[in-house]
Amino acid sequence: MAFFHKIRTALPVLLALLFSASVGAEELQYNMREGVTEISQGVYDLHMLVTWICVGIGVVVFGAMFYAMFAHRRSKNPEPAKFSHNTLVEVVWTAIPFLILVVLAVPAVRLLVAMEDTSESEVTVQITGYQWKWHYKYLDQDIEFFSNLATPRSEIEHYEGEGKPSDPNYLLDVDNRVVLPVGKKIRFLITADDVLHAWWIPDFAVKKDAIPGFINEAWTKVDEPGIYRGQCAELCGKDHGFMPIVVEVVSEEDFDAWIQSKYDEQAEAERLAAEAASKSWSKEDLMSQGEQAYNTYCAACHKVDGTGTPPVFPGMIDSPITTGPVEAHISIVVNGKAGTAMQAFGAQLTDAELAAIITYERNAWGIDTGDLVQPADIAAFKAGN
Amino acid sequence: MSAVIEEHHDHHDHKPTGLTRWLFTTNHKDIGTLYLWFSFAMFVIGGLFAMVIRLELFQPGLQFVEPEFFNQMTTLHGLVMVFGAVMPATVGLANWMIPIMIGAPDMALPRMNNWSFWILPFAFTLLLSSLFMEGGAPNFGWTFYAPLSTTFGPPSTDFFIFGVHLMGISSIMGSINVIVTVFNMRAPGMTLMKMPMFVWTWLITAFLLIMVMPVLAGAVTMMLTDRHFGTSFFDAAGGGDPVMFQHIFWFFGHPEVYIMILPAFGIASQIIPTFSRKPLFGYASMVYATAAIALLSFVVWAHHMFTVGMPLAGELFFMFATLLIAVPTGVKVFNWVATMWKGSITFETPMLYALAFVILFTIGGFSGVMLAMTPVDFQYHDTYFVVAHFHYVLFPGAIFGTMAAVYYWLPKWTGNLYNERWAKIQFWLQIFFVNLTFFPMHFSGLAGMPRRIPDYNLAFADFNMISSIGAFGLALTQIIFIAVVIGCIRGKRKATAQVWEGAQGLEWTLPSPAPYHSFTTPPKVD
Amino acid sequence: MSDMPTPNPDQANRKLALKLVVVAVVMVGFGFALVPLYDVFCDITGLNGKTRGQALYTAKTVDKERSIKVEFMAESARGMPWVFEPVVRSMRVHPGEQYEVTFLVRNKANEAITGQAIPSVSPGEASLYFNKTECFCFEQQLLAAGETLEMPMRFFVDTQIPESVHTITLSYRMFNISEQTDASVAKQ
Repeated sequence: MAFFHKIRTALPVLLALLFSASVGAEELQYNMREGVTEISQGVYDLHMLVTWICVGIGVVVFGAMFYAMFAHRRSKNPEPAKFSHNTLVEVVWTAIPFLILVVLAVPAVRLLVAMEDTSESEVTVQITGYQWKWHYKYLDQDIEFFSNLATPRSEIEHYEGEGKPSDPNYLLDVDNRVVLPVGKKIRFLITADDVLHAWWIPDFAVKKDAIPGFINEAWTKVDEPGIYRGQCAELCGKDHGFMPIVVEVVSEEDFDAWIQSKYDEQAEAERLAAEAASKSWSKEDLMSQGEQAYNTYCAACHKVDGTGTPPVFPGMIDSPITTGPVEAHISIVVNGKAGTAMQAFGAQLTDAELAAIITYERNAWGIDTGDLVQPADIAAFKAGN
Repeated sequence: MSAVIEEHHDHHDHKPTGLTRWLFTTNHKDIGTLYLWFSFAMFVIGGLFAMVIRLELFQPGLQFVEPEFFNQMTTLHGLVMVFGAVMPATVGLANWMIPIMIGAPDMALPRMNNWSFWILPFAFTLLLSSLFMEGGAPNFGWTFYAPLSTTFGPPSTDFFIFGVHLMGISSIMGSINVIVTVFNMRAPGMTLMKMPMFVWTWLITAFLLIMVMPVLAGAVTMMLTDRHFGTSFFDAAGGGDPVMFQHIFWFFGHPEVYIMILPAFGIASQIIPTFSRKPLFGYASMVYATAAIALLSFVVWAHHMFTVGMPLAGELFFMFATLLIAVPTGVKVFNWVATMWKGSITFETPMLYALAFVILFTIGGFSGVMLAMTPVDFQYHDTYFVVAHFHYVLFPGAIFGTMAAVYYWLPKWTGNLYNERWAKIQFWLQIFFVNLTFFPMHFSGLAGMPRRIPDYNLAFADFNMISSIGAFGLALTQIIFIAVVIGCIRGKRKATAQVWEGAQGLEWTLPSPAPYHSFTTPPKVD
Repeated sequence: MSDMPTPNPDQANRKLALKLVVVAVVMVGFGFALVPLYDVFCDITGLNGKTRGQALYTAKTVDKERSIKVEFMAESARGMPWVFEPVVRSMRVHPGEQYEVTFLVRNKANEAITGQAIPSVSPGEASLYFNKTECFCFEQQLLAAGETLEMPMRFFVDTQIPESVHTITLSYRMFNISEQTDASVAKQ
């Protein structure tokens, strides 16, 4: 144990010596996180138990092997023995691993039963995976929002060779965090809108696949307030690596305050939307707003220059969508297209943003339809003409 | 055993020359050679894909490739290595060695043998051509989970589907050949329980192939009809279920793991006795253990998908069944150690590889036991810990097994000795780099790095840089490997028929190189 | 086998090879048979929360002692311009008693659209005890442009439901299947 502990502590030092590009003050994480829930602690303990059992078996088996290599090498042992079986020994070493496995299975079963018990939860959050963002809906509080990667593209892309990411939360930061109350049993209902995703927070030891058309359940009860980060853990296409999860666990009062602030936000958003809808925007405003919104929400697939990656992510230029009837264009952006990566943005963006994006797409990159789409048009479309 | 090849056989030995020799050959040695070269070519291509992956992961941030292309690389790396490098390599070894290990003149169905090889280049041309198509190559991982591969797959998915069909047909024909050869072509006196372990493991592998490759063919056919003919096997909208895809895939996929590793078990069981100068310990229990592993491999598939949300009873069943596999696997490892015990061991390159195989494969086995524990698997699942696990069983497992076999039988194939000094240098470099590449992946996985991502948080930076450096080194050692092999083919130092002092078996009764036609009169086995 | 000399080894080889080909073909069939087998398996274990087809209301007794919370979720899939929501978000039910709830749909598009609702129950084991005697999900819905529809769903929870289940979530996702149905209409 002590020997391994030495190796474990020596390793990071060695690495730091070898690579000056080390993270700095942050301690190097090389083992499973103990996490902040009873379950995650149980998982960690079981992980350590099975690790040490494997190390123990390894020491015995490899020890015997190295001993044979050393003591029974030809220069030491020129005359090989002749035996080729020994029933007793063979029975023993079939039985012993079997017993070890039983020893391992008992705590595993106990833990598994606890993990699957989603009853008596106090807060229910519905989680929906989208290509490449998460949507959260608090069923009892009637709050919902999307959660996108907050790390800017410029921080990620270094194709020209300049610069380097430096933010400690690089790729693990989102615009809207999931906020949960401390010490309460939270139930997650997990599903997906397009392809498979998996919702994973290492500190909770919760990882469940999000499957389109089906719901999965998981739960957690966090005893320590804090910010916990995770990532999508099932390949879901191009930006699989860019859809992190951030959960903030707060006191009950703070949770209630957060709920209230979300209500206020939603009311404010509705007011702004109404204001935007009543106002007629100039082309310049729509185009500049549109460019910004397009680059944030659309450029990941359709590219900043509108060329896309056809045929999966069609280009904008010469597209029948951007040059055809406005109605069809609004429809595909608001409702998405079944069976493709094009999702429904109607609920994700404000009417003003949608109007700006559509206007931009119809007047950028040399496309010159001259069409202006106003937020009021979007609102009318959403209301059903 | 009696030496069978008499002098006058030699002038039967004229073989066609040039391209047509290789195109139309029905000779098991030629076909074995073709398989081995093909496998090496695929190993290089798959390795280049791996280099792109490791280059992008060298440091955080996107420097070289776009995420879309990165996914194509991980997908093709997996497919090419599994179906193009590892499987054909063992089929090549089977073709070369099984007839001369059981005293048969050739494979039972030589013309089908020719077919089963020549399908492969077409299959992989189809697959690799997708790289140059609009929309790019398949980008959904080698496990091609629906609906990412069906509704959301790029147009080249259809080429992938036909490629997989062809590979499947090739494998099935190859394994039919092995089974018929082993059952019908053994020399008089070569009873099943006298067969070399390599033949045994391949016989069991062949049965696995016949059972599961058709299931894979079924799965990709369902994909095809879902994509183009309006069925909804895997589409929830039409009443299908994407999780069912995973069940069908892993029903194939788990036995597939053993298809790749069992022949390597057989190779280790040939080499360790030779260089320990002592018979294999517990031959019968080795055979039974291999059969047990193969049988169990049919009832453990869902351990690849614990996170899809299974009923508790299912999770428990698949956990227990998976843990059970550790028992026969353990028996094999213990038997190898017992074979060495009180032997008279020398450390020629094949032996070094076989020993590295036993140790490093066992490490992969340990992480396998860890992954089998359902509650802990929730943390490991789809992280680099899994990547570390299966690379330990595949690279220092299946590939080291193949390399051990190549060094072991190369003098028999070429008639020349290879350069032991360079072979050993290659071994030590490779063992260093293989661990440098894959061991840190355990750490990055435990620390929380998901697999199949082109970019990562700074916390994983150090381990990824080490892995990348290891991978570049690992690639370079392959240059030494191929130089040693070519050096041996062109070599001047002739090998004897026996080659290795402690070697037992019919193949060593043939002269080196083994004549084009061997055992045309069956040898007598006592 | 090889110990006994066979009159024509080629024939023996061909015979065995043919048998093995049959095995391979049977295994292709088995691959496809996994699809219905999987459904049977889901039906037995409640895997994935797949719900069963139409049930008959057979319960004789009502377990007034127990009350289980049933939650309803309804969402439109992408490319589906329908508003789709449950009238009641959740209710408490006694096992054995039959209940009726209503879901609202409104087609916001200016064309007729065919929809298909796909149900899913969580936890998976609860789906074995959750019986729908009438459900809009058993058939496709065709809504004209702007049409609104109230869709009823009748269900009861089996009295045998395990004690460990306190909450059942029933989720519907409404898919736009106009293209598929158009294609099948065109074929006929």
